[in-house]
Amino acid sequence: MTALVELDNVSKYYGNIRALEGVSLEVHAGQISCVLGDNGAGKSTLIKIIAGLHRHDSGTFLIEGEQTSLANPREALDRGIATVYQDLAVVPLMPVWRNFFLGSEPTKGVGPFKRLDVELMRETTRSELLRMGIDLRDVDQPIGTLSGGERQCVAIARAVYFGAKVLVLDEPTAALGVKQSGVVLKYVAAARDAGLGVVLITHNPHHAYLVGDRFVLLKRGSMSGSHTKDSVTLDELTRQMAGGSELEDLRHELERAPVPTHLGGHPVKDDGPNA
Amino acid sequence: MSATAPPAGTRQPDKPGTTDERLLRTSPLRKLMGRPELGSVVGAAAVFIFFSIVADSFLRASSLSTVLYAASTLGIMAVPVALLMIGGEFDLSAGVLVTSSALISAMFSYQMTANVWAGIFVSLLVTLAVGVFNGFMLTRTKLPSFIITLGTFLMLTGLNLGFTKLISGTVSTRSIGDMEGFASAKKLFASQLTLGDVTLKVTILWWFALVALATWILLRTRFGNWIFAVGGGAEAARAVGVPVNKTKIGLYMGVAFAAWISGQHLLFSFDVVQSGEGVGNELTYIIAAVIGGCLITGGYGSAIGSAVGAFIFGMTSKGIVYAEWNPDWFKFFLGAMLLLATLLNAWVRKRAEATK
Repeated sequence: MTALVELDNVSKYYGNIRALEGVSLEVHAGQISCVLGDNGAGKSTLIKIIAGLHRHDSGTFLIEGEQTSLANPREALDRGIATVYQDLAVVPLMPVWRNFFLGSEPTKGVGPFKRLDVELMRETTRSELLRMGIDLRDVDQPIGTLSGGERQCVAIARAVYFGAKVLVLDEPTAALGVKQSGVVLKYVAAARDAGLGVVLITHNPHHAYLVGDRFVLLKRGSMSGSHTKDSVTLDELTRQMAGGSELEDLRHELERAPVPTHLGGHPVKDDGPNA
Repeated sequence: MSATAPPAGTRQPDKPGTTDERLLRTSPLRKLMGRPELGSVVGAAAVFIFFSIVADSFLRASSLSTVLYAASTLGIMAVPVALLMIGGEFDLSAGVLVTSSALISAMFSYQMTANVWAGIFVSLLVTLAVGVFNGFMLTRTKLPSFIITLGTFLMLTGLNLGFTKLISGTVSTRSIGDMEGFASAKKLFASQLTLGDVTLKVTILWWFALVALATWILLRTRFGNWIFAVGGGAEAARAVGVPVNKTKIGLYMGVAFAAWISGQHLLFSFDVVQSGEGVGNELTYIIAAVIGGCLITGGYGSAIGSAVGAFIFGMTSKGIVYAEWNPDWFKFFLGAMLLLATLLNAWVRKRAEATK
């Protein structure tokens, strides 16, 4: 079966900066491919290539088996790739229903009387969000007044409604609390069950392991690991993600380090910290 | 707007009538407070009442038609400037572009001894081209529109003076009052209608038509949705496929189109044009838009608000005359009005958002 999106040995350079080198990734329908990496690992660059914001410099980028290089986000959308950005998903001052249809507004009437089908837009927004389990108080409220999780969900619902085949999610849970993250992950799983291929970008291995089928680990611009769910455990994923031995070192440092006196700490005494 | 919508956020959509318990009843007053132009309407009422009291002749029909005329000449430009501001950009060249547009049709018609309609048409093309230039430079260079249009503003000011002196030998154009087509063009751009003892200038009709058109575009078309989006979050808009650059260029062309109408009005009211006119007007347009509730950072505002802003401006400029005060005070009033309106807008918006 052909992958919906396949990157093979893809690289991207900004001048003399090696942003991404030799990264491979497969996205299949009804599966979630997770991209894990710390800050600066090249996650953003990877999404921008898939979303059509940047062109890759080398390697192959296949959409449904066909070699491509996307010129702009519109082209990516037309090919069925929808991207939901963590902070760029919506226009905060605009009502929910206007945001939902932004860029693909339905119209009715002809010639100079061609106008937005406002009733359809409102009703669809309400019903589509309800179908995803988001019960909105008022589709007229500015989307900026929704919580971060709700905004992500609206953006995901929008992508699903517009028939995306591939959904790219940029750290959807990064700025959210535990409960909100759970809600968002539920919608991610719902999108997968609807038959979409999902690319989930995150730096949280726990979230990734909950829903992911494949895992690609990025480190300093190159790929440091690629696994399927049955070939890796959560502990192993977490260890690799955190840099393995680096985490061990950090644990030792944190355990032993006394608080410096100039930060309000007390000299370490032999008879324990509570003395 | 939302009066026809079913009760918001019903838990079961198949049972309309069960209103969401989380949604407190929104009173019509609250809804009104959420409108961008509310602050300016309150301001307009205050100014109206103020001048009705202090100036005896202010409430006469003839005075009101004068006020409306003053408001319309500004309002025609304030409409597209407001749309541009909602789209997140400024146009400092709008004021002198009006003069450029008038000069082009006057001088083209005179020099070519052509029908004035030919000059009017050439003027439209050139004026729109300036709009495209502004938009293209902005979207290509990504420099702030303040800088780009400041450049256009200075260049146009120089070109207006330079070309007029070069061609006519003086700082104003030759009269085209006796040329072919003048009468019909004057009818379109600078005639007046008499209703009883009141004369209404045709610019008032142009103004109302533009406000209606702009409101339609803003609230009921895809382009209108894009205007809000490019002003409120250009990157998010681009990411969902909104043609951000084309939208901004279109907005600059809108300003150019209104500048063309204003320019033709200027020309056909007086049949000569002074080449130095128009400097400083660009700020007045922006003031009208801001008083009318446009957010200076973009993404929020209305065309009707800009009309109310222009009306406040018209009432103040003429009201001072009817009150027989020294018109030197006008600018002070305008400045105070701008500050008050902006503060009121900010306060109203905060109240309205807090209740959501």
